Amino acid sequence: MLSKKERQEILKEIGHYPTKRAACVEALKLVQKHHRWVSDEAIQEVAEMVDMSPADLDGVATFFNLIYRRPVGRHVILLCDSVSCWLLGCGYICRHLSERLGIGLGETTADDKYTLLPMACLGTCDHAPALMVDEDLHQDMTAAKVDELLEAYD
Amino acid sequence: MERPLTRNIDPEREPNDLVGYEKAGGYQAVRKVLKDFSPEQVTQLVKDADLRGRGGAGFSTGVKWSFVPMGDDAPKTKYLVCNADEMEPGTFKDRVLMEGDPHQLIEAMIVSAYAIQASVGIIFLRWAYKLCEARLRRAIAEAEDAGYLGKNIIGSDFSFELAIHSSAGRYMCGEETGLLNALEGRRATPRAKPPYPQISGLWGKPTIVQNVETLCNVPHIVNNGAEWFKGLSRTEEGGTKIYGVSGKVKWPGTWELPMGTPIREIIEEHAGGMQDGLRLRGLLPGGASTDFLVEEHLDTPMDFASIQKAGSRMGTGTIIVLDDQSCPVGVSLNLQQFFARESCGWCTPCRDGLPWIQGLLQALEDGKGCDGDLDLLEQHTKYLGPGLTFCALAPGAMEPLQSALKYFRGDFERHIRERACPWR
Repeated sequence: MLSKKERQEILKEIGHYPTKRAACVEALKLVQKHHRWVSDEAIQEVAEMVDMSPADLDGVATFFNLIYRRPVGRHVILLCDSVSCWLLGCGYICRHLSERLGIGLGETTADDKYTLLPMACLGTCDHAPALMVDEDLHQDMTAAKVDELLEAYD
Repeated sequence: MERPLTRNIDPEREPNDLVGYEKAGGYQAVRKVLKDFSPEQVTQLVKDADLRGRGGAGFSTGVKWSFVPMGDDAPKTKYLVCNADEMEPGTFKDRVLMEGDPHQLIEAMIVSAYAIQASVGIIFLRWAYKLCEARLRRAIAEAEDAGYLGKNIIGSDFSFELAIHSSAGRYMCGEETGLLNALEGRRATPRAKPPYPQISGLWGKPTIVQNVETLCNVPHIVNNGAEWFKGLSRTEEGGTKIYGVSGKVKWPGTWELPMGTPIREIIEEHAGGMQDGLRLRGLLPGGASTDFLVEEHLDTPMDFASIQKAGSRMGTGTIIVLDDQSCPVGVSLNLQQFFARESCGWCTPCRDGLPWIQGLLQALEDGKGCDGDLDLLEQHTKYLGPGLTFCALAPGAMEPLQSALKYFRGDFERHIRERACPWR
């Protein structure tokens, strides 16, 4: 299911490492760059390219928080739920997001726009509560900022 | 007050590019060690300065480096890995250094690599730290163009190449050997030690894994000497420290201060004290995996030895403050939820014990706790203690729990007696 261009990208990446398997995490990220998530088919194809068994590669893929083995929406919201954000009210932000989007943690909106996931400490605790949408960091979140933010993404 | 780590940092503007960094005195340490120092002399200098690791463990950096095999019989390829996977809850100081002065970290890595004669450097960076990544990549490209990275650095015999690995996300990647496994394309489960990474690390080669803040001190120690470094501190341990405070204080943030600044000064003077109407109930001095301290400890100097004597760990030096309107059981539950979720699953006490503890705390929070639950929780703090698990994740998780049971036991008991959380 990987295009020729995608395979070439992955092969190029493999060339940067002393072992093929060392490139497997980057390879999985490249799959996600194009397909948003890593399917069983993708695991099979990438495993072959990095000389790993599919089970071995799946073990690595399922270990990492940011490799998705299930479909995700166009935008992934990573809501920090660690201690400082908890103290500063991430529970409230979470409930507000859930209400606005009509989904709970781990779910994707019906229009495939947003997936809402909890995430461990984003390292910006002096601006709690914090979240990321794709690669964008959003700090000092309030209900009003949540509403603004949800409009800002296509 | 000297602030060597943050003196170039101004969050209101872009960080120094290479030209700006050199103008501010940057890359002098690289020139100095290549010209005047043998690798062993650099290690000795860092040992004399008594630079302690600022990633959480506080181990002597110079001593760590001294175990790396050196000389003609040593393996030709050695690795210097910067642990930039800052993910300890409540910790946000390495981000400040990388975003604010990326060249400082690069210079630090070149000098440190020279000390151990590492030929390859890797910055293992949080995926979430996108701005750090962009700035570090730009700075690395500038350093390569200027001849500070690559073959024969500024005409010397020393070659060092530096790359960034963007983590795919898991707390265990911050554990030294878990990190090495992640770099090798494996699950970030821990490795048995010995062998220690200094002898057999990345792909079996000698490897030093060092925290961002620890490394950033190295060029300054080279430029100014061990006595200067020791003189910056208010106590026995050398240097400055980037302290942080989060929680319901007036001005959460980070500040570079002399090592050994008292907790009270950090919280009250720099962070402005508690928000109006709130009282301090306790604090975690250095991230989620440290023991609670309370009011009676506020005058303790924030250095490794003093905080240890007070019954906790300085860890990362970023303080999480617990106010009197936040439930200690709720906070404990949040912390154990984090640790349980991040457990790598390798060893039984951690993999099975942490969710069990989380469940017990959830029951307490929901008003469904029973007599005997607290004893069960206490037993677990022993079962998951140091030496009984494969790495320090579970023992770290037990630190806030055992201290919450010690200092806030009354609150736990109220949850059982009143069959509800009194804070809701």
